[in-house]
Amino acid sequence: MEFKFGIEGGNFSKAGSASSEVKKILKQLNVNPKIIKRTVVSLYEAEVNVVAHAFEGNMNVEIDPEKIVVKIEDKGPGIPDINQAMQEGYSTATPQVREMGFGAGMGLPNIKRNSDQMNISSTVDVGTQVEIINYLS
Amino acid sequence: MVKVADVVDKLNARVICGECDLNQEVQFGFASDLMSDVLTIDTENLLLITGLNNLQTIRTSEMSDISFILFVRDKKVSEEMKQLACENEMTLIECGHSMFRACSALNDIGLKPVY
Ligand SMILES: Nc1ncnc2c1ncn2[C@@H]1O[C@H](COP(=O)(O)OP(=O)(O)OP(=O)(O)O)[C@@H](O)[C@H]1O
Ligand SMILES: [Mg+2]
Repeated sequence: MEFKFGIEGGNFSKAGSASSEVKKILKQLNVNPKIIKRTVVSLYEAEVNVVAHAFEGNMNVEIDPEKIVVKIEDKGPGIPDINQAMQEGYSTATPQVREMGFGAGMGLPNIKRNSDQMNISSTVDVGTQVEIINYLS
Repeated sequence: MVKVADVVDKLNARVICGECDLNQEVQFGFASDLMSDVLTIDTENLLLITGLNNLQTIRTSEMSDISFILFVRDKKVSEEMKQLACENEMTLIECGHSMFRACSALNDIGLKPVY
């Protein structure tokens, strides 16, 4: 199965709607609730990152009986130093993002913790791609 | 374990939605205005205590399987938040206490910290 959702940069009232759709699908497929939670927390962190830090993006979801593979790609400023961005506490979030309850620099490390595989690549002034793979059993 | 109805009584709180789940019990409390922190918690049976009243509070709880949210400092739940919470079968309650007072009172009736 394949699904694709759009993500709008800057639009916090819609942030999480893509991850929410994926959660509904995984529930319908009767995936183990612990795996659902790990997966949707990862997706939501990545989705909020697009909203908070980039201009626009999308979420591509592929589900087969063994695994779920999700690619979140955006057009945006990109990440100059991925190792630094992966450190807990590192954040360039604006005051507006912090007012929304984000910007602690916990998102990327939390994706790593909640996924079986995480791949991230980024080009400055072009955009960022995050791939999240979780096995379903 | 603490009955959600006892949380409501103890804090003189208002139930905004999810009245039918007041007989359920919660074991742990986690207090934060920072959703980044909430997303790192993997405890079940949790009451989220927060002063952040926007849609992302509900979204974060949806992703984290949190079904009970207490808003402190008289923060009001918006119509949009209420709707999203109802769709996800969450119970929302509001109280006028500060975060510290609410946590202290809930500690007294046996709600446990996550760490
Ligand atoms: N999609 C993205 N585009 C551009 N920069 C990003 C993107 N995702 C992350 N970053 C950069 O990496 C930093 C760390 O990201 P991370 O998700 O860990 O923390 P945060 O988003 O700042 O705060 P939190 O996730 O705790 O709310 C961000 O502050 C930002 O500088
Ligand atoms: Mg983030």
